[in-house]
Amino acid sequence: MRFHHIANLLAVVLIVLARPAQSLDIEAEKHFPAVFDGAELHILSTADLDIFTPIITGFQHDNPEISVHYTVASSLEVFNAVYTDSGRFDLVISSAMDLQTKLVNDGYAQSYDSSQITGLPDWAGWRNQIFAFTMEPAVLLISKVALDGLPVPSNRSDLIRILRENPERFRGKIGTYDIRSSGLGYLFATQDSRSSESFWQLMELMGQLDVRLFCCSSDMIARVESGELAIAYNVLGSYSNAQTSPLEQNVQVVSLTDFSTIMVRTALIPATSKNAAVSGKMIDFLANLDKHPDIIDATGFSSIKGSNLTGGESLNTIKLGPNLLVFLDKLKRLRFIDAWESSIEQH
Amino acid sequence: MNILTTHSIRRRLVFQLSIVAALLSVLFAYSVKVIGENTAQITQDQVLASAATSIADAIRSESGELVVDIPYSAFSMLGALSDDRVFYRIDVGGEAVTGYEDLPVELVPESVGQPSFSSTQYRGAEIRIASVIRPLSTLERSVGAVVSVAQTRSGFNEVTSGVRTIATAVGIAFFATAVVLVLLAAQSAIRPLQDVSTAVERRGPRDLRPVNEKVPSEIAPLVTALNRLMVRFSKALDRSEDFIAEAAHRIRTPMALVQTNAEIALRTTKSTQSRRAIREIIEAAEETSRSARQILDHATVGFRTDHLQRQEVPVTALIEAVLDRLLPVAEMKGIGISFQGPAENLICAGDPVLLESALGNVLDNAIKYSPHDTCVTVSAESDGDWIRISVEDEGTGFPVAEIEGLADRFTRGSNAEGTIGSGLGLTIVSDVLVAHAGQLEIENSKEGEGACVSIILPTS
Repeated sequence: MRFHHIANLLAVVLIVLARPAQSLDIEAEKHFPAVFDGAELHILSTADLDIFTPIITGFQHDNPEISVHYTVASSLEVFNAVYTDSGRFDLVISSAMDLQTKLVNDGYAQSYDSSQITGLPDWAGWRNQIFAFTMEPAVLLISKVALDGLPVPSNRSDLIRILRENPERFRGKIGTYDIRSSGLGYLFATQDSRSSESFWQLMELMGQLDVRLFCCSSDMIARVESGELAIAYNVLGSYSNAQTSPLEQNVQVVSLTDFSTIMVRTALIPATSKNAAVSGKMIDFLANLDKHPDIIDATGFSSIKGSNLTGGESLNTIKLGPNLLVFLDKLKRLRFIDAWESSIEQH
Repeated sequence: MNILTTHSIRRRLVFQLSIVAALLSVLFAYSVKVIGENTAQITQDQVLASAATSIADAIRSESGELVVDIPYSAFSMLGALSDDRVFYRIDVGGEAVTGYEDLPVELVPESVGQPSFSSTQYRGAEIRIASVIRPLSTLERSVGAVVSVAQTRSGFNEVTSGVRTIATAVGIAFFATAVVLVLLAAQSAIRPLQDVSTAVERRGPRDLRPVNEKVPSEIAPLVTALNRLMVRFSKALDRSEDFIAEAAHRIRTPMALVQTNAEIALRTTKSTQSRRAIREIIEAAEETSRSARQILDHATVGFRTDHLQRQEVPVTALIEAVLDRLLPVAEMKGIGISFQGPAENLICAGDPVLLESALGNVLDNAIKYSPHDTCVTVSAESDGDWIRISVEDEGTGFPVAEIEGLADRFTRGSNAEGTIGSGLGLTIVSDVLVAHAGQLEIENSKEGEGACVSIILPTS
């Protein structure tokens, strides 16, 4: 308990502490050369290289004179890199809406406007400095084999009931984000907690059933596929769509009907970028992904324009704006993680 | 006659009222701007203060520790108001515990429930800060918590620039409307004055009746004074005309007596010297009574032209009457008069007394300026619309350069110095012809010596 507390404190301090950009912890990096000589676009992103490659290829098809340098890092690393940026990156793409919003709020982004982005809904942008281009729901993944005849839960109360009624079947076979290490997991958890008390019941129950914690959606998806996990809660829907297609027989993707939190992937142009016009072209391209169905298919992203997400009012889209700063408050974060830990690790 | 004028009343009215309107417009626009800005400021302050208050209210003590739990709504309400960036800072016991610890909070509220507000610069932007204070107590101690919430001012600036635009537009519209109204008001204020001067200007030269137009009370004294002046002027004019006519009349009778007696004396006197003296007396008496008659004629013409009464006048009879009257005078000077009357009977419309007086003066002039043993020829002709009566003599003629001004009162030709005369004759003729819409033609006769004066009258 104490240990976690200190670890959390450390994590928060790391957010705020300025670290030199050079020490960026890169997960992957790739250069996409241009067909003709021209501008170079440095993208720093949280999206995996293979997921984003179709987008870059499509972009370069439209803009053959632009070479793209794509760097992948975790959302915290991305945030820190921009907070201490020396102008290395021209475009920052992240699934951590809250951290991206904080970058804008604290003045680390520059404004961009074009006719290409006017069709975006109001909640999908803020201050003309941050632009959402995908809608990605948090979903429940179920292994059909592990469920073994039990009815598929369609909402959280169903899920709670099934877990309560079959503790032995699910013990040690439930996975969810470790919100201490995953920015996206933290965002999903905080937004879930705002929507319903059932979130805390679920966390308590999962804690009793020895929930296993993961850093990333891909890990959970892999384990549900292999049958190692029976249920994974709050997995990024787009990843599961992209990764599970060959194994559809075993994995079922469930959008819970009581509410499903929608994450939007956002792009911003760092204030230090001297290449904003080129960055703007990429933002225009991302805002109009719906015109490229092949890319939609390849990435599993759901474009904001022409989104085919169903669920209507149960879709909990998170508005970009200062409200996202609330759960970034260090005391608020400490408190939330404390509460989460005491739910998960109660035994 | 030139009148010394100061600035026109209308221009002065328009100018002064426009200045007033401009001042009022500026004041109005300024008030709108100030009120709008204050309202925008109050709105932003209230939202900031409620955000700060909701955060402060959520601070609580839990098992001996202070818990700061920012409500989600605190920031979403700020996000709903505008796209402005949000900063905050929470101090407990004088120490920043969370938020932007370098946020410059200069003003700390003195009492609970009274937020303090300040404006400053932070992270390259102008911000507005609201701070609230809340006393807290844990088991061990009592401390004060200060919650400060700040927002950049782009939303506020957007609102105020909108307000400024509206205020400016309202001010300009107000001014434009006021100027139009001022112009109309000045025009309507000045109209009675114009009406009076138009009424006075439209009068005939001898119309001295009082002004009867309805006038506003402000210019009533002016019109009353004008009317009194006209009454006095009219009386003075009447008196002097009466006096002149009376004087002329009184001179004529004794002069006739002088002339008669002188003629008798001339017949009975043998002395050449005396005869010459008496002849001069007769000539002077003649000239004096002629002048007196002309003065009387002039007075008559003045009166009758003001009240012209037209009737059909047979021209031949008119000429013959004049010839009858003047034939004795001509004979005495040894001057012959021939009249070539027209075949048809010419009729013109006019006042016979005036026409006779005009023709008489023309003929009288011709006789007067003709040398002995010459002939004066009178002729009349018509082209249907106009009747021309010409009187031609064999005298010295008119100096060509002076013909234009000869009809003016008391003006005589420069070569008439040897002859006694008043210069009134052609003035009377001219006045009569103007009243009859006729024309006076003065020229030297084509055959060299002599003058030709023509009276041209309309037939109807």
